Amino acid sequence: MDQELHYEYNVEGGDFSRAGYASSQIKKILKRLNIDAGVIKRTVVACYEAEVNIVAHAYSGAVYFDIESNRLKIVFRDEGPGIEDIEMAMTEGFSTASEEVREMGFGAGMGLSNMKKNADQLNIESEVGRGTRVEIIINT
Amino acid sequence: MKVSDIVRILDGRLVCGDNRSDYTIDVAFASDLMSDVLTLVNDNVLLITGLANLQTIRTAEMSDINCIVFARNKKVSQEMVSLAEESGISLIECRYSVFRTCGLLYQAGVKPVY
Amino acid sequence: MKVSEIVKALDLKVFSGSRGLEAEVSGGYVSDLLSDVMGNAEASQVWVTLQTHKNVMAVASLKDLAAVILVSGHRPDENTAAQSEEEGIPILGTGLSAFQVSGKLYELIGKK
Ligand SMILES: Nc1ncnc2c1ncn2[C@@H]1O[C@H](COP(=O)(O)OP(=O)(O)OP(=O)(O)O)[C@@H](O)[C@H]1O
Ligand SMILES: [Mg+2]
Repeated sequence: MDQELHYEYNVEGGDFSRAGYASSQIKKILKRLNIDAGVIKRTVVACYEAEVNIVAHAYSGAVYFDIESNRLKIVFRDEGPGIEDIEMAMTEGFSTASEEVREMGFGAGMGLSNMKKNADQLNIESEVGRGTRVEIIINT
Repeated sequence: MKVSDIVRILDGRLVCGDNRSDYTIDVAFASDLMSDVLTLVNDNVLLITGLANLQTIRTAEMSDINCIVFARNKKVSQEMVSLAEESGISLIECRYSVFRTCGLLYQAGVKPVY
Repeated sequence: MKVSEIVKALDLKVFSGSRGLEAEVSGGYVSDLLSDVMGNAEASQVWVTLQTHKNVMAVASLKDLAAVILVSGHRPDENTAAQSEEEGIPILGTGLSAFQVSGKLYELIGKK
């Protein structure tokens, strides 16, 4: 990419009707830039999982999307309960999702491992009682 | 298999999307959990689900799924239709259980993703 | 048809609850939403799902289901397996996807 671009979106905790809006915008932007379809799919699947996690597990958050010369960087920052044990949270099948969230089709405990599979780099920092920062890097 | 064949086999209703004759589906996946669907790497997958909400459509959008069958007599909302139309996703309503839907399509030769 | 015949025909793994292998099966139900199973599954059906947590057995027992088949290589949580033993409702496993195992089960049972 010759041009560096930056976008931001808000994410509301608990609002499942809007969950995925940011990821959808990111998909549209990447399509316009003629990025490889496989790269787009990896990016938006990882983003969507991260976005839904804010909706499902946190109170509010924001997405910072940067298109850099040879990579995409997407940061998801939220105010929420944070993650006590990140390693445990990464285990497939581990989920603290509420019954309500499960009935929405989430809570399989597969989101973080999906992100890891699709991202070239996944960095998670979290502070219990404050919030979580998830950084997804995709090489283009 | 064409979208119109799926509608016929399931005695379903095509709510939106195109009946284009050249577009075909070979493999199917059944799930109500979206992260499970998001693990798929194949393209052109038919999604069979009993989860009818906006996130079903979002999930299809992210995983490049072009056709969804809503089993268990689930009704598609107008909001879901609008979102699906934006991404060119066909939606089919069907009154059978997910079990019967899978059975009928499997019998008709639709292959599993794995 | 008995649960044990399905285990054999579909080459399923028996994780727990083998006491219930001789129970009769009336059909199949595929769902990952517990409230849906609570509302719509019928007694003696085999439940095909990806869900592995403990509430699965609570639902299976309340609905008098014949067995649970975990798909895509999923394994029951420890609690879930223990409860399956207690209830005598088998938890079975397969590496196949829900679509395929349901397709085969439908063929096998040949109804509903
Ligand atoms: N942003 C977040 N804030 C607080 N906790 C989180 C956040 N993201 C993940 N977690 C914790 O990590 C667990 C695992 O997350 P993961 O995305 O893998 O699964 P899930 O969201 O529970 O279910 P699925 O993603 O399959 O729908 C969550 O259940 C939750 O406890
Ligand atoms: Mg998640």
